[in-house]
Amino acid sequence: MPTPLELAQQLRDKFPELLSTPVEFRGEVTLTVGNSERVVDVCRYAKAELGFDLLLDLSSVDNYGDDPRWTLVYELYGVAHACHLRLKTNVSEEKSELPTVSAVWRTADWHEREAYDMMGIRFAGHPDLRRILMWEGYPYFPLRKDFPLAGKPTELPEIAFTRPAPLEGGPFITTTSVEGAVQREPRARTPEE
Amino acid sequence: MAVQEISFKDTAARAAAGPADELRDLEGDKMVLNMGPSHPSTHGVLRVLIEMDGETITKAMPDVGYLHRGDEKIAENMTWNQFIPYTDRLDYLATIANNVAYSLAVEKLLCIHDKLPPRCQYIRVICCELARISAHLLGLGAYAMDVGALTVFMHTFTEREKIYNFYEALTGARFTTSYTRIGGVSRDTPAGWCETIRKFCDEVVVNFDESEKLLTRNRIFVDRTRDVGVISKELAIDYGLTGPNLRGCGVDYDVRKAHPYLCYADLDFDIPVGSVGDCYDRYLVRMEEMRQSVRIIRQCLDKIPGGFDNQSKEPVNVADGKIVLPRKDKVLTSMEELIHQFMLVTEGVNCPPGEVYFGAENPKGELGFYINSRGGGAPYRLKIRAPSFVNLSILPAILPGHLMSDVVSILGSFDFVMGECDR
Repeated sequence: MPTPLELAQQLRDKFPELLSTPVEFRGEVTLTVGNSERVVDVCRYAKAELGFDLLLDLSSVDNYGDDPRWTLVYELYGVAHACHLRLKTNVSEEKSELPTVSAVWRTADWHEREAYDMMGIRFAGHPDLRRILMWEGYPYFPLRKDFPLAGKPTELPEIAFTRPAPLEGGPFITTTSVEGAVQREPRARTPEE
Repeated sequence: MAVQEISFKDTAARAAAGPADELRDLEGDKMVLNMGPSHPSTHGVLRVLIEMDGETITKAMPDVGYLHRGDEKIAENMTWNQFIPYTDRLDYLATIANNVAYSLAVEKLLCIHDKLPPRCQYIRVICCELARISAHLLGLGAYAMDVGALTVFMHTFTEREKIYNFYEALTGARFTTSYTRIGGVSRDTPAGWCETIRKFCDEVVVNFDESEKLLTRNRIFVDRTRDVGVISKELAIDYGLTGPNLRGCGVDYDVRKAHPYLCYADLDFDIPVGSVGDCYDRYLVRMEEMRQSVRIIRQCLDKIPGGFDNQSKEPVNVADGKIVLPRKDKVLTSMEELIHQFMLVTEGVNCPPGEVYFGAENPKGELGFYINSRGGGAPYRLKIRAPSFVNLSILPAILPGHLMSDVVSILGSFDFVMGECDR
């Protein structure tokens, strides 16, 4: 049975100019793909030749304030050889786009829609790049670091929100707080407020 | 008008055949049906847009997100331990299993995941397997109710009630347990708890037998589930299915065996797999998994270090003041403990920079946490790999070709939880 490090090395031998040296942390091997445009080639080879047939997860990181701003993280797994491998690639904020891997693993379809929905990273060639968790037409990307925890007002009618029930007559509290989420929740405030 | 022969075995052929010649005129009028977001068989708030030709589905589009709370954003703004109650609300039918999976992910980042005290590991495994039984009992009962067998639901809820009582005795809460802490568990088992679990193990297997008698050879249940929603091995892996849904297709991938965490390596249990990949196989796999869980719990009770009531005072937390809160009676009498308490409460457990992924075998599938840390008491990015979310993404591929009534069977056999899917 191959080890994750051996498989990572094999992948690197195939794309020597594209992939960084494997980094090991807590027993997990990570490879960084230098050019995000070629991530599909690496993924396709990893699936076809190295047996990484299960894409466990695809996540995105916002390195707010750094360039490149976006990091895409692919968690690969092979059912036959039971090895994990993590691929990472960076995308700049101006570009905010990279090719889709949904043709390699179909599970990437929803994962990429989620990354688009939450971070605003677009996937070129994706069959159906729509919002998935937020509603269609929502104007912001909530997992970005510059999006405040308290949220931002939108055009959405407040049908889902009700006024707090009055608590008069209770043993301890006689009126409910009229403060909004930002005043009530210290974590929701930005430092300058 | 001639009666059209419909083969119930081959859904693809059924979709391709189209209506009989006499009905050809009516072709082209496709109907779009909106199922959900609060249909009884969607078990929460899942909406499926279904396009139908007659009674045959030609296209299906699931719509998720009605329960989105932004858990990942919330996690970035609080300390590691403060996020544990939020994990209760992921798969709210197996709360302790979520607590354990999250704690293990953070412990992996801290590199203490293999240094946990043995008693803590055994308690966590018992809790995880109780959660699995509880989640499968509900999934099974609700599934049977969807396809017309109402009694099973009442039957399985009797046993689930007992499991909730165990949670209450152990954690103080029946539903939102928040039991684990980074580096251990919040409290040791109460007196007599393990003894009642042992008694429960004997009682619950009787309930399994009775439920099986009601379903496994029930003609109506078998007709509605066998050869319905067939998923091939390749398709299941391609869509990233995990848990009983993947094993129902014949792939023997179980994180507890493939990458044993806690004390699973010391325990003896089997991984049931299906052969056809239909709804019936997924039901059988869940049924057997519950029996295997009972087997695991029995072994844990035999082996648990410190015995039932911990006579030998085995620790349940790692002995590290920088990770686990000190004993309350020490806090106001000893300087070092006071400082530790203050730092842990205000700043959180100080984790090293780095990134880890940890996946645990939860009742619905592999619940994974990808943690990107830049050091300090809170994650820089925490991604939750929710098994229900991934499992539902296969619906557009398998629903076409089925009849409308099959949708209920297929959704029920997937046993998803929207709290986890939408996060």
